[in-house]
Amino acid sequence: MNMAYIPFNVQIAFMVIGGLLAVASLVSMYLVRAKPERDYSELRLRIKTWWIIVAVFATAVLFNRTVSVIVLGVVSFLAFKEYLSIVPTRRADHRVLFWAYLAIPIQFYWVWIAWYGLFIIFIPVFVFLFLPMRMILIGENQGFLRAIGTLQWGLMITVFGLSHAAFMLVLPAEVNPAGGAMGLVIYLVFLTEINDVAQYIWGKSFGKRKIVPKVSPNKTVAGFVGGVLTTTALAVALAPFLTPLTRYESLGAGILCGLAGFVGDVTISALKRDIGVKDSGSLLPGHGGILDRLDSLTYTAPLFFHYVYFLHY
Amino acid sequence: MLRTLFALLIVKPVALLMLGINVRGKQYLPLSGPAILVANHNSHLDTVALLSLFPLRIINKVRPVAAADYFLCNRFIKWFALNIAGIVPIERRAKEAGLHIFTPAIEALDDGSILIIFPEGTRGEPEMMGKMKNGIGHLLSVRPDTPVIPVFFYGLGKCLPKGEVLLVPFFVDAFIGEPLKWEGNRQLFMDKLAKAMSELQSKAITVVSDEQF
Repeated sequence: MNMAYIPFNVQIAFMVIGGLLAVASLVSMYLVRAKPERDYSELRLRIKTWWIIVAVFATAVLFNRTVSVIVLGVVSFLAFKEYLSIVPTRRADHRVLFWAYLAIPIQFYWVWIAWYGLFIIFIPVFVFLFLPMRMILIGENQGFLRAIGTLQWGLMITVFGLSHAAFMLVLPAEVNPAGGAMGLVIYLVFLTEINDVAQYIWGKSFGKRKIVPKVSPNKTVAGFVGGVLTTTALAVALAPFLTPLTRYESLGAGILCGLAGFVGDVTISALKRDIGVKDSGSLLPGHGGILDRLDSLTYTAPLFFHYVYFLHY
Repeated sequence: MLRTLFALLIVKPVALLMLGINVRGKQYLPLSGPAILVANHNSHLDTVALLSLFPLRIINKVRPVAAADYFLCNRFIKWFALNIAGIVPIERRAKEAGLHIFTPAIEALDDGSILIIFPEGTRGEPEMMGKMKNGIGHLLSVRPDTPVIPVFFYGLGKCLPKGEVLLVPFFVDAFIGEPLKWEGNRQLFMDKLAKAMSELQSKAITVVSDEQF
């Protein structure tokens, strides 16, 4: 297979990620031994699933454009499928849903041929105008607005938003000599996931005042602030190795990812609260569904993309 | 061979990617015959979903009991039904023919097969269990040692409803219940089976609609 050129920094990045996970695995194994009275099976499961997520992510970014587009397209498809499986849909819309699914391969095809113009308007304009028409041809008026609103929102979050992560891989690599074609995505995904973990740890350690009690009772101001600070520090430290961002630009990128990650997280929480489910699915043992893991990324991917795109591409 | 290949190339990928089945009670799934799986029938996908639950090495032994008048109607469907799906054909309309219509099913059981039976007789309302026909009671009265495993699927009616040809992907849930034993009386057994199915159904509805919230 035609492998993409993998810059030295990217090789190091994956070694660091593997190392961090190995440490997490060892710590969890130690905990199981040291405190047999407590149940760590959930933590063990979570870490085991992290290994699989990292393996899929490595497959998505390290080979070539075709593999990237297929893997990220399938991830997007699974997220959209999970979304449609938990939200109420009308039986009459069976064929409309089929068309909505069809938007996924088309959107990722624009990514594959790197056609930015269509990539950026296909779902917000063409799909947005087409799906209601398809619904009207079926002729079910009852619940029309709710049905079309639900469908378009899901496509925007799970397909349009996430496809930005894929488009980063097809941006011209020569603009980013340090990180190559895959540097930006690794930077984005790493910051987003670390932000989740950091918010959790800061919140557990120092959190008192709840930040959005109705939507996410476990989120605290301390967790939020600590998360954003940690993410920003890491963003500044890692930027020279993986991105074309200057120091001040990376400061902005860190704050952006911290804030957006938090908003994405609570937005999916609000969705789950509204529907009345705890997890969006059960695809990722120990994490819940795929949307439970991708929640922050649905916000950080498009926002970080346009931030970098505006500054450098 | 053909069936294993079909399972590997079609059944498993469709079930994995297009559906994604969340199974509860997998430990009750029989891994050797003779056994009978009883499921609610909402879509042609039910059979695909059930087949996908089994490991490839025994998939040859899993055989859906199906209506001869529907599946043996034309040459292509007949070839597919007998050689790929591996159905055990039953004459639905041959009431006057008497009980020996079950002979193929009994032979399959004696051969160590795991039969799939949809006792509603046809595809019913989505996510519901309709009234069950008595055929399975007849089978059990002749082969009383066969374990009967109830399975309830939730969500398949949304993927491919009766009368639709387009498959729309959704995650679905499967609930497998404890094996039931024959107790010497057809009515008693059918009641027990109906109760087991309705318990799985109410479990499905509570678990799916308010997942441990």
